[in-house]
Amino acid sequence: MAYKGHKINPNKFEKGQIKIMLAVLPLVILTGLPIVFIVFHAFKPMQELFAFPPKFITTHPTLDNFRNLFKASRSAGIPLSKYVFNSLMITVAVVFSSLIFSTAAAYSLSKLKYKGRNAMMQINQLALMFVPVAVMIPRYLVVNVLGMTNTYWAQILPLIPLPVALFLVKQFVDQVPDSLIEAAYMDGAKEIHIYMKVILPLIKPAIATAAILVFQQVWTNMEASNYYVNDDGLKTLAFYMNTLTSATTTNTVAGQGMSAAASLIMFVPNLVLFCILQKNVMNTMAHSGIK
Amino acid sequence: MITKNKIGRRERSNKAGYLFVLPYALLFIIFILMPVLLAVVLSFTNFNAIQFPKAVGFLNYINLITADETFMQYVLPNTVKYALIVGVGGYVLAFLLAWALANLPKVPRTIFALILYSPSMTTGIAMTVLWKIIFTGDQTGYLNSWLMDIGVINEPIIWLVNTDYLLPIVILIGLWSSMGVGFLAILAGILNTDESLYEAAAIDGVKNRFQEMLYVTIPSMRPQMLFAAVMQIVGAFQNGQIASLLAGNPTPGYAAQLIVNHIEDYGFIRYEMGYAAAVSVVLLLIVQIFSTISKRLFGEE
Repeated sequence: MAYKGHKINPNKFEKGQIKIMLAVLPLVILTGLPIVFIVFHAFKPMQELFAFPPKFITTHPTLDNFRNLFKASRSAGIPLSKYVFNSLMITVAVVFSSLIFSTAAAYSLSKLKYKGRNAMMQINQLALMFVPVAVMIPRYLVVNVLGMTNTYWAQILPLIPLPVALFLVKQFVDQVPDSLIEAAYMDGAKEIHIYMKVILPLIKPAIATAAILVFQQVWTNMEASNYYVNDDGLKTLAFYMNTLTSATTTNTVAGQGMSAAASLIMFVPNLVLFCILQKNVMNTMAHSGIK
Repeated sequence: MITKNKIGRRERSNKAGYLFVLPYALLFIIFILMPVLLAVVLSFTNFNAIQFPKAVGFLNYINLITADETFMQYVLPNTVKYALIVGVGGYVLAFLLAWALANLPKVPRTIFALILYSPSMTTGIAMTVLWKIIFTGDQTGYLNSWLMDIGVINEPIIWLVNTDYLLPIVILIGLWSSMGVGFLAILAGILNTDESLYEAAAIDGVKNRFQEMLYVTIPSMRPQMLFAAVMQIVGAFQNGQIASLLAGNPTPGYAAQLIVNHIEDYGFIRYEMGYAAAVSVVLLLIVQIFSTISKRLFGEE
């Protein structure tokens, strides 16, 4: 019998899939193990952290590590709640402004015509390749020159423009048919109305995707706290969590448990957000190509 | 045709276009474009972050190539090895995994994809402690204890200090966290290829899944392949930071010193900003080379 071409995205289970499952499963398990490990570790009581030989699975889960985490920050002078507040404020500010700015820019770059539009698009596309570490130093200088050192601004403004977010949103806006916009013009709508009433409702998946990407950038960012801010009261949770994992604290076994708890606190919001929005992400990625 | 042009011809369109793009463009120029240009300018100067930069021409680049033994002997070979395995290898792996997942029904596919993607959410840094615990250097370390249990080694290996193991460990972590946005883009691309193409290809004599992948799947999703390639290589370099978080900067014996760690070393430890800027420019050029190759492979025409 001639080969008929197989089905991508099959609806039901077939025998042929067993081979593929068997090939992928070990890699999936290997990838997942470290994450399972950190979850177990975060809930290990002292005697299990100390156990020899070391145990993978937690038999008597406890919240001690999380309690110690709170205590440690209290003794350091700045309560954990302050870091949490800073992180939440910065994250909300960045995610909201970034979404508004990049959807507006995407609408402009995709549907409005003016001089310099293509240049802006090309430069943004080129910027996908700018490895953030490479521009860390000059960025620091720019922040410095603008006099933003030691302010919340230094931790908010530099994180708002995210080229990959604009790129993905713009690709998605390209899919909105021009006829819809034309119809709105006929009804006498202005650009701002078109942006709010036509574009935004149609690009929800792309907005969700951009939100995830921006959130990940900000929530785990410690570069800003590290280099732009000296005042400990302005620093973020990510920064504080990272000081916990630094060499001195992880040498003690209690420090390990605390750091594991800290890692979990940083990781879980990302995971939850992604799980909720994953359908939108796949939808957006379908239009992600660079032509 | 007329309808299409009408939008562009609106009189207000011009002004509105600028207004809508302005907030993003402004921040983009200040915090992304200017720093890159500044890096290029600074790379031609001697700058210690306190005194005004002094122009030195190509001195930094000349020193980098002729006088910086660490760079030539450790950083560059390490970076090339790392980029090939994590960047290129990770990309191939991402494609193969995405392709395999696309052949599974929705539920297992979604679960697998989520697990494979999740390490990239940790962006390395959040999970530094995890690797420190697993690679603890005495017998209480998880990997040591386990390897001793099954009899592979007799005494514990000090993983994060041992110069033989440090780079492989960093590469492993790099691969672990490399199934990111690029991987998702490839998966979405494969899932969206036109079914009828496969049928047509089968009639034209495509005999198996491998040929299908080569002659149907990849050509029909070139744009996604290109986007994923760029994301993959940038992500790989960005994750290289983990080396200095695990083993300090400089890494023991420069064993896992990558170009990103070299930049940190000169920029934020020695405060030789001009020199660090030159290294940054080299890094940007390396990424540029990789993406030019990808464009040759997957670009249109």
